[in-house]
Amino acid sequence: MDPECSQLLPALCAVLADPRQPMADDTCLEKLLDWFKTITEAGSSLLLLQGNPCLVELLCHMLKPQDLSSRVLAFSLRLAGVLAAQEDCFQYLQQGELLPKLFGEAGPLGGAAWTSPTVRSGWIQGLRSLAQHPSALHFLADCGAVDTIFSLQEDSSLFVASAAGQLLVHILGLSMPGPAGGPPSLQAGDWPACAQKIVGHIEESLRATATPQITQALNVLTTTFGHCHDPWTQVLWVRLSPLVAGLLEKDPVPAAHSLVDLLLSVARPQALRAQAFAVLLQPLACVLKATAQDPGPSGVLDGIVGDSMTADMLLPSKAACVGLLCRTLAHLELLLPLPQRPCPWPQAPLLGAAVTLLQLCGGSARPTSDAGRHLCGLLLGCVRVQRAALDFLGTLSEGTGPRELVTQVFAVLLEYLRSPDSSPTVLKKAFQATFRWLLSSPKTPGCWDLDPHALLFLRDLLPVLQKRLCSPCWEVRDSGLEFLTQMTRHWGGQAGFRHALLASEVPKLTEQLLRDPESYVRASAVTAMGQLSSQGLCVPAAGPEHPGGQQKSLLAELLHILSTDSEGFPRRAVMQVFTQWLRDSHADVAGDTEQFVAGVLQVASQDLDWEVRAQGLELALVFLEQTLGQPRSHCPCAVTPAVAAPVGPLAQALQPLCRVRLFEFAFRALFDCDRPVAQKSCDLLLFLRAKTASSGSLQESRSSPHVASVEAALQRWQAGDQAQPLGDLEPEVVLAVLRSLDLEGLQGALAESSDHVEKSPQSLLQDMLATVGVLGGNEADCY
Amino acid sequence: MSSPEYCLSGHPTLPCNVLKFKSTTIMLDCGLDMTSTLNFLPLPLVQSPRLSNLPGWSLKDGNAFLDKTELIDLSTVDVILISNYHCMMALPYITEHTGFSGTVYATEPTVQIGRLLMEELVNFIERVPKAQSASLWKNKDIQRLLPSPLKDAVEVSTWRRCYTMQEVNSALSKIQLVGYSQKIELFGAVQVTPLSSGYALGSSNWIIQSHYEKVSYVSGSSLLTTHPQPMDQASLKNSDVLILTGLTQIPTANPDGMVGEFCSNLALTVRNGGNVLVPCYPSGVIYDLLECLYQYIDSAGLSNIPFYFISPVANSSLEFSQIFAEWLCHNKQTKVYLPEPPFPHAELIQTNKLKHYPSLHGDFSSDFRQPCVVFTGHPSLRFGDVVHFMELWGKSSLNTVIFTEPDFSYLEALAPYQPLAMKCIYCPIDTRLNFIQVSKLLKEVQPLHVVCPEQYTQPPPAQSHRMDLMIDCQPPAMSYRRAEVLALPFKRRYEKIEIMPELADALVPMEIKPGISLATVSAVLHTKDNKHVLQPPPRPAQPTGGKKRKRASEDIPDCKVLKPLLSGSIPVEQFVQTLEKHGFSDIKVEDTAKGHIVLLQEAETLIQIEEDSTHIICDNDEMLRVRLRDLVLKFLQKF
Repeated sequence: MDPECSQLLPALCAVLADPRQPMADDTCLEKLLDWFKTITEAGSSLLLLQGNPCLVELLCHMLKPQDLSSRVLAFSLRLAGVLAAQEDCFQYLQQGELLPKLFGEAGPLGGAAWTSPTVRSGWIQGLRSLAQHPSALHFLADCGAVDTIFSLQEDSSLFVASAAGQLLVHILGLSMPGPAGGPPSLQAGDWPACAQKIVGHIEESLRATATPQITQALNVLTTTFGHCHDPWTQVLWVRLSPLVAGLLEKDPVPAAHSLVDLLLSVARPQALRAQAFAVLLQPLACVLKATAQDPGPSGVLDGIVGDSMTADMLLPSKAACVGLLCRTLAHLELLLPLPQRPCPWPQAPLLGAAVTLLQLCGGSARPTSDAGRHLCGLLLGCVRVQRAALDFLGTLSEGTGPRELVTQVFAVLLEYLRSPDSSPTVLKKAFQATFRWLLSSPKTPGCWDLDPHALLFLRDLLPVLQKRLCSPCWEVRDSGLEFLTQMTRHWGGQAGFRHALLASEVPKLTEQLLRDPESYVRASAVTAMGQLSSQGLCVPAAGPEHPGGQQKSLLAELLHILSTDSEGFPRRAVMQVFTQWLRDSHADVAGDTEQFVAGVLQVASQDLDWEVRAQGLELALVFLEQTLGQPRSHCPCAVTPAVAAPVGPLAQALQPLCRVRLFEFAFRALFDCDRPVAQKSCDLLLFLRAKTASSGSLQESRSSPHVASVEAALQRWQAGDQAQPLGDLEPEVVLAVLRSLDLEGLQGALAESSDHVEKSPQSLLQDMLATVGVLGGNEADCY
Repeated sequence: MSSPEYCLSGHPTLPCNVLKFKSTTIMLDCGLDMTSTLNFLPLPLVQSPRLSNLPGWSLKDGNAFLDKTELIDLSTVDVILISNYHCMMALPYITEHTGFSGTVYATEPTVQIGRLLMEELVNFIERVPKAQSASLWKNKDIQRLLPSPLKDAVEVSTWRRCYTMQEVNSALSKIQLVGYSQKIELFGAVQVTPLSSGYALGSSNWIIQSHYEKVSYVSGSSLLTTHPQPMDQASLKNSDVLILTGLTQIPTANPDGMVGEFCSNLALTVRNGGNVLVPCYPSGVIYDLLECLYQYIDSAGLSNIPFYFISPVANSSLEFSQIFAEWLCHNKQTKVYLPEPPFPHAELIQTNKLKHYPSLHGDFSSDFRQPCVVFTGHPSLRFGDVVHFMELWGKSSLNTVIFTEPDFSYLEALAPYQPLAMKCIYCPIDTRLNFIQVSKLLKEVQPLHVVCPEQYTQPPPAQSHRMDLMIDCQPPAMSYRRAEVLALPFKRRYEKIEIMPELADALVPMEIKPGISLATVSAVLHTKDNKHVLQPPPRPAQPTGGKKRKRASEDIPDCKVLKPLLSGSIPVEQFVQTLEKHGFSDIKVEDTAKGHIVLLQEAETLIQIEEDSTHIICDNDEMLRVRLRDLVLKFLQKF
């Protein structure tokens, strides 16, 4: 702690201990606590306490019977916990019996202050911080805190009740042996007392008849298994699973949702995989069973659903069914890419289940059984399940599947893309899943084009895309364009794709969407057209007498959007397309690159949107690299001395940059009122300076009057007056100015966030004292 | 008295039911099922060599089609209640040729727009007069030889020619205009009230009620926010019977999705240089479509594409829609006060984006510019200007016909135009209630019984697994089919009877329980026009003469002094104690199903005590009987 803060601290502690000085803003207390946490994480709490005795005084003060505010009391409890997290500091506080007094029966626990949920919450959080070492465990056992925590699980405040559950999980984890602690014993008698007590309480709750009690126990277990995968959790599961299974046999199943959460969380730890994975698959197995489908050759889903486990039982009502299926799909989606995912992975049945779910939701399933019809009625038109199933289906594209199942996947995707009832969000997901499945379609060796099946699919897909590009709903047009951009990026160079796309109306419709009334759609159309044009997929010009006429007009059209569009998104998109074109040496740009860059920078410099200006700097950087003949290093910010000298004399090399007025643009950006723009410009100029530093071929012209006038102009710019242009700059002048600027200093200043002064702990302490009038001249006004 | 309901139409969205209720005969709607037109060839405006040379077909004249049975004598119908303009198309057939002498009730927009629809129909048929008329095929023996589906058509003999404008006018003159929530007394027995049904301009549901019974007739209702006033659900509560007809014909098509589909396909066609043909009625969904297009055309870059609306009544339809402000949804009503036209098609017309013509002859042919969008009738594609456009545009795959009206199968409608190069898109837009909305409505209004066409009580045959596509309610809906008579499940318990003031004055109520008083009344029940009145009995006439006195005693009810009425119940145990106190012994009590039997064995006497009667059975001992009777009476109250 710095001396300034140490000086302020006693006054602040006095204010906090004084009930007559109410602390109006409790966010200050939160900030104060955060500060103490940072200090204790970085150093010794014991030294902190010894250096600042006022802190212990503050804690002692809390024990006196008085009318303290509940906020300050809660703060003190939490502070005590934070300090006692270090074992030596814990012992130090124990010497004065301070901790039992604060957290035991003698403390607020027995007093009137306990009625405030803030205090109860502070008590729990204090213990949560404190419980970090074996001494703390003994302390908890001795002061009877665990019983209090049990009762707080039923607290009227949801925050308190939930924090109590979390604390139990924490204490259980602390008291159990860590991964290195040897094989855990199944015998409860061998477990630490604290753990025995908590597990005993959980068992008792699981046997209870009252649903809230069961829910609490299940939630504690869910958090435990979700956070800790040590061997003892497996032992715990073995011990508790008969009780949990007993719950499943009850009719109705109590606390069904919490139970499902538990089963899903058990599914994550690797050691419990096989058993829990079966539970996770149950809902999907139910779906397959209800629609009377073969659960697949792998047999993993086979036998999961016994006769007792029917769709009716697991998926009884619409809310339960939808909630359960969405959670299952989301968990499976997370599980799929993990290396420890179950093996064998039942790819085909899962694919079948995802397709079936989508068919049930879309109304194209034809279930023959009553259970299937019931399921169909529940799921029909359910957007949540549709979204989850499409996401899951997309993830499944990373694996393979039997040919006929993949055909079904494409069929159901096409059905969703076609259906007038697909909501915009569902459509977007359908587009995404379609793209992923197209990506994964088998490739002919040595050929990157789509396989014949995918090409056939594309023939069906493009008319749908055409229609979607004409949708009255802008979200649909937008996701259609994004999909087109993705496809073009991947297959734009492939003959099969090109042929199909050019035979459709899609490029023409995309061009029309550059004038869409919705700015997001215009932005996506700009990106899509940029991509199409890069791949030479724009609609050919009207007549053969205008070769490339259409392309030219696209450049003009994009420039027009950049200079006139009232919304930022399309303009940003244009800048990105231009940068990409410059990078790729797009034919239109390559013709007269300087004119192109000059024009774009001129428009971008006047843009009100900082992202457009920042993107302008990106374009400038690409141009700069190309001009200086240095392939771009991966990160321009990593300023490394130029390895190779620029081609030709430096002045000559810098001429084109001067001609396109790149420096005026960059200098202007250097003093931009938006920090990211200034930072980017600073990086660019530092990069340039580093590149030119090694070259000594230029004369220093620091003393020339031109340099002085430029420097004077830049000072005015920095002061906010950017009206005066710099005029034509010579490379020598630029280099001189570049060297005279304190770019490093500027970079450092820009790296600090704008509120770095206000965020200091000293400022916090001063603010807190000022609000109660301890600091400053306010006292002089009082009589 | 039962309340039978006669079903005269097999088409659930074009209902025609007759309700006999409280000795009143009420016809609910008279829709005209025109699907049988699909059996005929189109009537071209210009003689079409292709159509007239089709092998095996001969050009028939414009028959219209009355699908009714002789289940009921239509001249006995007292009133006809119309729920919306689509459900009155058969009105001239009923009012003009059956001896009907009753009254028709409908709202003003219903009548005005109904007139437009009829006028258009008559115009379409009459402007292509046929040189000859064939009717021999209606003979059953010949009909059997015709190809399917003609040979399977039922009661072809009742198919009629289209009515004339004269008949239309005469029929419409029998309509009495009503407003929403207006209460109309029918013969003192029944009150009928139209309520907004949310489906079309002026569309109504009807409440038919007596003092103690309430029937709701729900026909063609919508809960979607379109142009008409929203549906009045609250007034449907507490119904004994709710008759539910006119649900959506395409329960699987969500109107919002369909409108999106309509716009997308329209834009796609026009952007590719093709024309769009929309076969439609001159009123209804077209207003909503024009409104959607109004919002959409600029964004879709269609500002320069002309929209044509061709119908003999196009002008009136567009203008009428703007003047029925009070029948519109709240948003549109408020526009009127700005003042702005409630529908944006006014602006489309002003800016020349939408042009309307009575027919494709005349101005239209000189203004006509392609690519364009044409709205025109008739949706069956059998008559009207649409026939010409089908012939004109059918050969090019650039063009598209978009079906939005759900009344006709688009595949059958297209049959005579095959082979067809133009694209066909089916976007049926039916805003009437779907089954999910019905189940919400029924939960909300909770009728005791639901009565509906048979079709609504099972999933559609083509989608038998869709259990959600049927009415699901408790108790299960009672269903009817065409030409069936159904007794409505009323539990009739009470009639309202008025008491004349002077008679009421004379009553002396006696409180028999706290809050319940009784009084006996002697009066004359006078019943006229289904109203019942208790009047004071005439004073006994002065005995003036033998003959007269005799007549008087015949006319006047016997007003002799009545025995007091008894009330209360006899507590058996106390009664037995009382009997013992009065010297009876050897008393036995037996429980029976209805009460008790007290046996006085010594006296050989039985006292049978039941809830509403007590009998003393003793062997010819009047003294004993009177004694016992007096003991019984001690336990009862007299008044």
